[in-house]
Amino acid sequence: MSLGNQLLQYLFTGITIGSIYGMVALGFNIIYNSTGIINLAQGEFVMLGGMITIFLTTVVKLPLFLSFFLSVLLVTLIGAIFERLAIHPLKSPSVITLIIITIAGSILFKGGAMFLWGKETFTLPSFSGEKPIFVLGAIILPQTLWILGIMGGVVLLLIFFFSFTRAGKAMKACAVNRRAANLVGINVKLMVLFSFALSAAIGAVAGIIITPIALMDYDRGTMLAIKGFCAAVLGGLGSNAGAVIAGFLIGITESLGAGFISSGYKDAIALVVLLAVLFFRPGGILGNKEHT
Amino acid sequence: MGKKNLFSLLVLGIMVMILPLVISNPYYLSILIFVGIYSLITIGLSLLMGYAGQISLGQAAFFGIGAYTSGILSTKFSLSPWLALIIAIFVTGGIAFLIGTPALRLKGHYLAMATLAFGQIIFIILNEEIAYTGGPSGFGQIPYFKLGNFVFNSDFRYYYFVWSIVLVVLIFSLNLIHSRVGRALRSIHGSEIAANVLGVNTAKYKIQVFVLSAIYASIAGTLYAHFVTFLSPGTFSFSFSIALLTMVVIGGMDSIWGAIMGTALLTILLEFLRIFHDYDILIYGGVLLLIMIFLPEGVFKGLFNLIYKGNFPKNRLIKKSLESRR
Amino acid sequence: MSPILEVVALRKEFGGVRALDGVSFKVNQHQIKAIIGPNGAGKTTLFNIISGLYFPTSGLIKFENREITGLKPHLITKRGICRTFQNIQIFKNMTVLENVMVGRHCRTRCEFLSTLMKLKRARYEEESILAFSQKILSFVGLKDRAFESVSNLTIQEQKLLEIARALATEPKLLLLDEPAAGLSIRETECIAELISRIRERGITILLVEHDMNVVMEISDEVIVLNSGRVLAEGAPREIQNNKEVIAVYLGEG
Repeated sequence: MSLGNQLLQYLFTGITIGSIYGMVALGFNIIYNSTGIINLAQGEFVMLGGMITIFLTTVVKLPLFLSFFLSVLLVTLIGAIFERLAIHPLKSPSVITLIIITIAGSILFKGGAMFLWGKETFTLPSFSGEKPIFVLGAIILPQTLWILGIMGGVVLLLIFFFSFTRAGKAMKACAVNRRAANLVGINVKLMVLFSFALSAAIGAVAGIIITPIALMDYDRGTMLAIKGFCAAVLGGLGSNAGAVIAGFLIGITESLGAGFISSGYKDAIALVVLLAVLFFRPGGILGNKEHT
Repeated sequence: MGKKNLFSLLVLGIMVMILPLVISNPYYLSILIFVGIYSLITIGLSLLMGYAGQISLGQAAFFGIGAYTSGILSTKFSLSPWLALIIAIFVTGGIAFLIGTPALRLKGHYLAMATLAFGQIIFIILNEEIAYTGGPSGFGQIPYFKLGNFVFNSDFRYYYFVWSIVLVVLIFSLNLIHSRVGRALRSIHGSEIAANVLGVNTAKYKIQVFVLSAIYASIAGTLYAHFVTFLSPGTFSFSFSIALLTMVVIGGMDSIWGAIMGTALLTILLEFLRIFHDYDILIYGGVLLLIMIFLPEGVFKGLFNLIYKGNFPKNRLIKKSLESRR
Repeated sequence: MSPILEVVALRKEFGGVRALDGVSFKVNQHQIKAIIGPNGAGKTTLFNIISGLYFPTSGLIKFENREITGLKPHLITKRGICRTFQNIQIFKNMTVLENVMVGRHCRTRCEFLSTLMKLKRARYEEESILAFSQKILSFVGLKDRAFESVSNLTIQEQKLLEIARALATEPKLLLLDEPAAGLSIRETECIAELISRIRERGITILLVEHDMNVVMEISDEVIVLNSGRVLAEGAPREIQNNKEVIAVYLGEG
């Protein structure tokens, strides 16, 4: 393969994985905007989405399409229950408490997944065959198109939700000013519940569509959460457009780094980017929301 | 330090002295050694989190840096473990200073994520730098500590060695808390702006306590390396950072006594629940969640408050010591 | 008398919004000077800049004829300026006495190593911190509450504690941000009396206050701020009769 082909190939891989990071970042943003919480269990929703779909297709033997929706529904429910049991009962919690609680939720989900499905790595069949498409000498898997398409769909749905539905507008109001939203009669506590459910759903979708390419096991959540958080911060925490673009940037950087520098240090690249952004531009490079 | 702390120290000291004479089972003794080693880390973490109000989700990394630095130096470069201990302290302290200087300007979630990312980077390095660390399978044959001809090669000897260090670190830390510096740290937790305006150089103290907690973890790491004599990255993963966090939270974040009790409780509990070995993260998760929701002050104080319904005034200690002075 | 504090052409912008637009004034030694003005006039911003929490866009601040513009807050405190907060910022994780003891921080020097090992120096210093802090607590009248948790204090007591804590830093200039806000008439009188007693100790006071009775009663001079500018400056009586000032206040409400 020529250098140009190679470059293009890494680019495609980067975009594929980057769209997942972008979706995790969207999940972070939705909860952050309505609550000010960074939900460290975000990566676990992704893992659960993948694992539950695998379980439904291989053990329960449901068709993939049905499993997809059932799994998203289940994870949404898990997100909502998590909020009700762990976040809702707290009275004016400190940041440290919130961090510890979402961390606790995260490892509880992780432990639960290990308990149910063990430590093996599982996969899903691609949504529509494995026959690769050749573009300028680089390979695109059909699943990549699914991923980009579904991600586009999710983004469009989110835009629609936040601009045209009552619940969406109420959540947006919470993001601007929680106390004012409360004063005009928006049930802020309910919006917190919605935001957990919604970001769990988005996480689950991301987990399902990536599994045919990247595989899935119980331990994936933490790394996905860190990389998604990296995208969220790089894009300016709270900015959804920034999250998507930053997701692609990180995916591409990582894929180029893995290809040209060292595959062993692939995971470290996003982490170093995260530290660099936090240390030098905590407001992000794309958005300009003030950092706390 | 207050009479109550002196009394508690005395009780702990006597317990530490007597326990090995009562417990003859070497397996139990080794668990107590681990309790001591982990206590060093959790005392530091309690100073950092409970007193200064700064979170670290990467404390296992400092433990790892201490362990690997002294392990590699004493094994591959044949340095004396004592010298390796000192060098490891400087290496870990230096790294903590470099990472803490920018990181501690961050607050809350950002600091949590930065320390988490740092911990993961160290974990990846331990796995990848195979020439030095042996990679995922690790390396062994780390020498024991020696004093002249006296080798700390039995659990009995090492137990006393580790726990003497724990006691010294504990006394140091109690001194620190009840001092000008300790109050400065707590004032940062109370209100960083007010602390600043009252003349506390908050940036400096945050970094210093971060470095101190890293140094405690580094000492623990060295003690671990020369006890187990074998190191692999698995010990220093994210889930160990969480285990440490759980220990501190169980005991009540704002008490170093609590940190030691929490460490003992969780370490011993997990040993007895060996059947759940692989599922220990389920226990951490469950315990953390339940405590943060129902007993945010920690198990001991929280239960005490629940049972007696009254607030336990911490400051009776100072008051009494003042009265006794009059 | 020579001025202890000199503020010259101070400006502060927040993303294009001018909070302070060229403020200049002087505070003389042993004076009580009050800053009044409608909400959003820039009073708290001014305090935040003097105490070093904000960096000014331009302008300079001189304290005892030395420039302190842009110094870190803890260094400004060390020079002899301390402040209280409008929204009370006491340390809720400490006792009343410990709160005041934090105030001694900048006048003492034992650092990590000497406190870790509890050297003789650290022990002596601790004794002196304790003694001084108790003296300050009796001065503001909180001696009996020394060992209580601050959560037991009323709003008035919390305000007294903030003042005590600031006094413990041995300031030459004390900045009080709305010391009477949220207090009853009797409590306000008590605070006003305390402020006068603080001045008798030789401490200069600059205060922001909404309660006009307090301002007119205790202050030697008054500055009126409006939209980031000094509208008027003078003795309380002059200010009371200043037409522009009346217009601003009546216009507002």
